[in-house]
Amino acid sequence: MPNKTFFWFFLPTGLAMILFIGLPIISTGIQSFYAQHDQVVKEVKKCDPFGCTVSIVVDQEKTSKIREEKPLGKFNGFGTYVDRNHLAIEEIGKFWDETNTFGEFVDQVTNLPFYKALIFTLTYCLFVTPNVLLLGFIIALSLNAVTRRIRGPLIFGTILPMIVTPLVGSLVLFWMIDAEGIIGANLQMLMDDPYLSLKSSKTLTWITIIIYGIWHHSPFAFVVFYAALQTVPQEPVEAAIIDGASRWQRVRHIVLPHIYPVVTFVALISLMDNFRVFEPIIGFSAEGSAQSLSWLIYDNLVNEEVILFGSAAATSMMTIVGIAILLAPVLIRTWKEFRTAR
Amino acid sequence: MKKILISLLFLLFGTSVYADCNIKSGSINILANDFPALRTFVETAKGCKGSADFKVTHSSEHNKIAVPALTANPSEFSARIAANSSIVPLMNQDLIRPLDDLVKKYGKGIQDSQLITIDGKIMAVAFMANTQHLYYREDVLKELGIAVPKTYEEVVAASEKIRASGKMQYPYAAAYKAGWNLAEEFVNMYIGHGGEFFKAGTAQPSINNAKGVATLNMLKKLAGLSNPDYLTHDSEAIKVEWESGNVALMTLWASRSGTLLDDDGDAKITAATKLTGPATVAGGNIPAATLWWDGFTLAKNRSDADAEATFRALAHAAANKKMVADAADQAVWLIEGFKPGPKSIGVIEAVKMKAKPYPMLPQMGLMHGALGSEIVEFLQGKESAEQALKDVEAAYMSKAKEQGFL
Repeated sequence: MPNKTFFWFFLPTGLAMILFIGLPIISTGIQSFYAQHDQVVKEVKKCDPFGCTVSIVVDQEKTSKIREEKPLGKFNGFGTYVDRNHLAIEEIGKFWDETNTFGEFVDQVTNLPFYKALIFTLTYCLFVTPNVLLLGFIIALSLNAVTRRIRGPLIFGTILPMIVTPLVGSLVLFWMIDAEGIIGANLQMLMDDPYLSLKSSKTLTWITIIIYGIWHHSPFAFVVFYAALQTVPQEPVEAAIIDGASRWQRVRHIVLPHIYPVVTFVALISLMDNFRVFEPIIGFSAEGSAQSLSWLIYDNLVNEEVILFGSAAATSMMTIVGIAILLAPVLIRTWKEFRTAR
Repeated sequence: MKKILISLLFLLFGTSVYADCNIKSGSINILANDFPALRTFVETAKGCKGSADFKVTHSSEHNKIAVPALTANPSEFSARIAANSSIVPLMNQDLIRPLDDLVKKYGKGIQDSQLITIDGKIMAVAFMANTQHLYYREDVLKELGIAVPKTYEEVVAASEKIRASGKMQYPYAAAYKAGWNLAEEFVNMYIGHGGEFFKAGTAQPSINNAKGVATLNMLKKLAGLSNPDYLTHDSEAIKVEWESGNVALMTLWASRSGTLLDDDGDAKITAATKLTGPATVAGGNIPAATLWWDGFTLAKNRSDADAEATFRALAHAAANKKMVADAADQAVWLIEGFKPGPKSIGVIEAVKMKAKPYPMLPQMGLMHGALGSEIVEFLQGKESAEQALKDVEAAYMSKAKEQGFL
């Protein structure tokens, strides 16, 4: 496609992206550099049905004046980014000095909310993404070998996990793994341990969420791989069969190289999706054992009675940076291939 | 015939009751939490809406909507039913209006004790009280010869005895769901230990002390006697546990007693469910519980006409003896003419025992938030009490700095 045609073709989408994605990101970025003004408080007498006490309230007269002058708040630079609830630069330095062994240091660092969330998010990505690719590919291959007559219903059944709303899907599983649910109760019988609870152990909660993630995302990989498999040319495959290549050899040397670009694409999309894991944590009520970066943002915005816009904005920006870093190797590789192809 | 008579009576008396509201214009839109007593209250207010526009949103997610909805100008809601914790963010952001003029003009029948005054200005009108207190299974305690516990130490001993008897594996329950609920349990227990959350007169945290450690240890003991999934259990979940007969002792909101004691579920369990006051802890005099009020506030960013209409409708409910008499077992009403029934024992006892109200400080929400996430690892046995409290303070400080409190 000539560049000019591409430009006009892309223009409406591009404009919409700038309007609905670009500008909000910029505004979030600006927000992340600001903190609230210093609160002017005063002591007042407060009476309620349970009696009178002396209490503290925010002095509205003085505060509103400051707010009017600078509605964005107090400029804080990277203050929010480096504070204890985010990158915690100062605290990490202190831990390094205070701890004796490296293990102790790691313990202290992973106790910080941002790193705790980062570790879960990365673990989730690293386990879910490859398994989704593998499982999606295996299902696509198997379904491709099934007779055409039953393929339709089978495909429908396979993509069901993707059709089910993530929150509903996780809630269903949440109830099934309850100590009195079908999976939970059977596991207790199987393990002969009446106290086994999938929800109370951190490790088991992580495993549950990861398995859920694989279950939920595999259909996407499957659909794309299945479509790609339809384009594999038959001649080389037949030639390979005549040459006596096994099924595995055919997949390894003909099918895989052919659909390789699609694999990259699916890997990219699932990495991005998995890095933003959020719904299963809410669905499984797993806040206690598993926190992701997206959950931190949510927590800052809704879990407190005071909304922490600065914190949420800073975590959002770092999530974007995180995704960029994660995708960098794949993107660089694709770019290089694109250059050599030309 | 009977039906016609009743409708006739309603027509005659109904109009006479509604007539004294006589609201001719304005638009009323109320945001409220979702439990039976609040529904009754809002329905009563609706009864005198006159020709005003009347809308209401009942949602358990009310806390998440309130500040953004009231910040808009004009705001989405003309009134917000708040409690002592949820009024604070509205005050911090200057989103609610003083009610002095309206109370003077239309507040006939509202008792002085219902008025929430801050710095000499009436900011809210309370109509019901709430607290968390003990519920127990009379049959189970009697069978094992256990006296009704008065302190948390006795709760632990009783639960251990029940467990040892083999009757129940997890005899105790409380809403320990990580987040707001768990933090609320800490607040209760810490106040029961006589703790202060902040250094006097400042926003500096002061929970990393012996009382904080004792609080955490007690919470952990109780958690050990609860269903292992306790970190995922909110008030609704433990209510279900109770109704399935898995639990014999429970700390739960007074406002939930209505649904716990209704005709749904196992009649035997319902009959054996008894209420008592909140427990004390560590030899303290005041209960390990906080007192709460629910009351209405009016949005600042809304026209005076709307505020007037809204106030008149809500004031009608907040001084309504008939509602209080009809719905006596739904809540502990603070309204004149309320006669406490057996379901209000918890709150009455808490007030008698001089329970403290939930701290209404501008920075308390941040402390509550930090507690909800940082003490989880202690309960899971992954870190020490001191470390957990240190984490809470550090997490709070970062948030308080960002919000300009430190």
